[in-house]
Amino acid sequence: MSVQTWTWILVGITFSIYFGIAIWARAGSTKEFYIAGGGVSPLANGMATAADWMSAASFISMAGIISFAGYDGSVYLMGWTGGYVLLALLLAPYLRKFGKFTVPDFIGDRYYSNTARTVAVFCALIVSFTYVAGQMRGVGIVFSQFLQVDIIWGVIIGMIVVLFFAFLGGMKGITYTQVAQYCVLIFAFMVPAFFISLQMTGNIIPQVGMGGTLEDGSYLLDTLDSLHTKLGFSEYTTGSKSTWDIFAITLALMVGTAGLPHVIVRFFTVPKVKDARKSAGLALLFIAILYTTAPAIAVFARTNLITTVSEQPYSSSPDWLKNWENTGLIAWTDKNNDGKIQYVAGSSIEGKKPVYTEDRGKHGERLISNANKSTNELYVDRDIMVLANPEIANLPNWVIALVAAGGLAAALSTAAGLLLVISTSISHDLIKKQFKPDISDKGELLAARISILFAVIIAGLFGIYPPGFVAAVVALAFGLAAASFFPAIILGIFDKRMNREGAIAGMVVGITLMLFYMIRYRTGLIGVMDPRPASEWWFGTSPEGFGTVAMVVNVIVSLVVSRMTPPPPQEVQEIVERIRIPSGVGEAVEH
Amino acid sequence: MSNSKAKEYWKKNLRYLAILLTIWFIVSYGCGILFVDELNTIRMGGFKLGFWFAQQGSIYVFVVLIFVYVRLMNKLDKEYGFDE
Repeated sequence: MSVQTWTWILVGITFSIYFGIAIWARAGSTKEFYIAGGGVSPLANGMATAADWMSAASFISMAGIISFAGYDGSVYLMGWTGGYVLLALLLAPYLRKFGKFTVPDFIGDRYYSNTARTVAVFCALIVSFTYVAGQMRGVGIVFSQFLQVDIIWGVIIGMIVVLFFAFLGGMKGITYTQVAQYCVLIFAFMVPAFFISLQMTGNIIPQVGMGGTLEDGSYLLDTLDSLHTKLGFSEYTTGSKSTWDIFAITLALMVGTAGLPHVIVRFFTVPKVKDARKSAGLALLFIAILYTTAPAIAVFARTNLITTVSEQPYSSSPDWLKNWENTGLIAWTDKNNDGKIQYVAGSSIEGKKPVYTEDRGKHGERLISNANKSTNELYVDRDIMVLANPEIANLPNWVIALVAAGGLAAALSTAAGLLLVISTSISHDLIKKQFKPDISDKGELLAARISILFAVIIAGLFGIYPPGFVAAVVALAFGLAAASFFPAIILGIFDKRMNREGAIAGMVVGITLMLFYMIRYRTGLIGVMDPRPASEWWFGTSPEGFGTVAMVVNVIVSLVVSRMTPPPPQEVQEIVERIRIPSGVGEAVEH
Repeated sequence: MSNSKAKEYWKKNLRYLAILLTIWFIVSYGCGILFVDELNTIRMGGFKLGFWFAQQGSIYVFVVLIFVYVRLMNKLDKEYGFDE
């Protein structure tokens, strides 16, 4: 059977499972809709959190990014896992004990202020929308890549599926579909990895194979390092970024992870404080399976790519190279007319993407109009590393199809979790807590469903017409979360003296500083001003790492302002004492 | 619940956090970033040790840390009668 038939079959099967679960797990109350009734087992919550967390970017792009960045890619590996230690030790148990529905709930009650709540809602919406736009785009790309459907139709199909289980089931529906989606995505990620590791190193476990030897007896990583040095790339196992920047980016990603509202809210769904701790551990375990495999895939794919193409005649190159050239992820220009592929350091083109002409060259290659004068002849899109891996390793068609189903599972599960946070922010934090406190449970449930409908449509539009700045901004969502929520939550638990004035000042200063830096050094003022160059970065901090600086500023401002203003009222101090003790948790309180 | 008991429980909790987060910092920021060049002179099979910590080792330690914390806290909860 062809790859396409297999893909339709696997996507069809997995989608029917998601639909089935959605119908089974309909939500009847706001409590079921927001936090799945608070009765999810730690194991299910761990899987759901893992699927919620691992997006299209983790599944499709991360191994590719590491593959091209080598050691520098470690920031993502450590940054996106180390945050769970902070989450498990510093946030999840206490927030679960607090027992409300959302992060703004905690901020609003702990800081006895609707202003604080509104600031938190605003931060939650910014973070979630920047993040969800990338997911819908991811769904569209997987559809267009594997099923030859237009990107627009891919996004629309994705919207309908997400809407179906999020609208009907809310958190309950999302949780159980995410459990299924985790199983699909991890299976789809691991199967090709096992095959490739076995082929290249003779060891089926990729984490071990990565440090293993090739057929000629030399260590894989040493071989890759010397290939890199020979072709003018920097050595794979040592980095080129400054130590400070690596430090700052890793910390911003870790702290941002622990501050992401769609991840935090998952810990409201388990019955007890004890379960919140345990499910954070399980979530990280499930995530670690993919995150320790990705760097191995990166090494295999990188070595494979270089040895397959470097100095080889284009005419005898393997089929996958030509297939991916046809989809626009590879471009080759025979700059020195020797018919061979020269792949060396430096970009082969002007700009970011190849611009193809309609013509073919004398070797049958697709001609591009924006080749530059460097000696590098090959353009390779980073996403290809995971997508093309099964073909590069000659795996059967069903494995290739599996990767497509896995990519969709990763994108859909994350999109659903984010959409729920957006709709909860509107129906619960704004409508119920601010504008219409006397709304009935039924009315609030309806409001939640209507807001999810609007959120899906807006996210879909972002996916179909991606504003140029989205891609640049997604990675920065972590900086925003680090600069706003994380200090307010941590200080709210660990500093009893922290008050309304301090927390609000900290959040406002933190997120403003981060937004300013992001706009100035990464996105520019859309269409008005270009981003300022890297040479002007403060202390050499990249915008991705600036969340660390903004977070520190937030903490300092909070501490100073709180000490200069009156302490929080007695009953709030009692709340803090209560959340520090795990017993007497009861169910999440409806209010 | 008596106040002094709760205070003592909180103090122990903070001590656990300090120890576990120190390890968390050492394996990631220490071994994986600040001292990566020094550790890279040591080899473990096909890996340079610093590189291994940055792309593998730190993640394994993170998982272990959370489960150690879960165990410690479950024991502490029982000791102080805060478990359910």
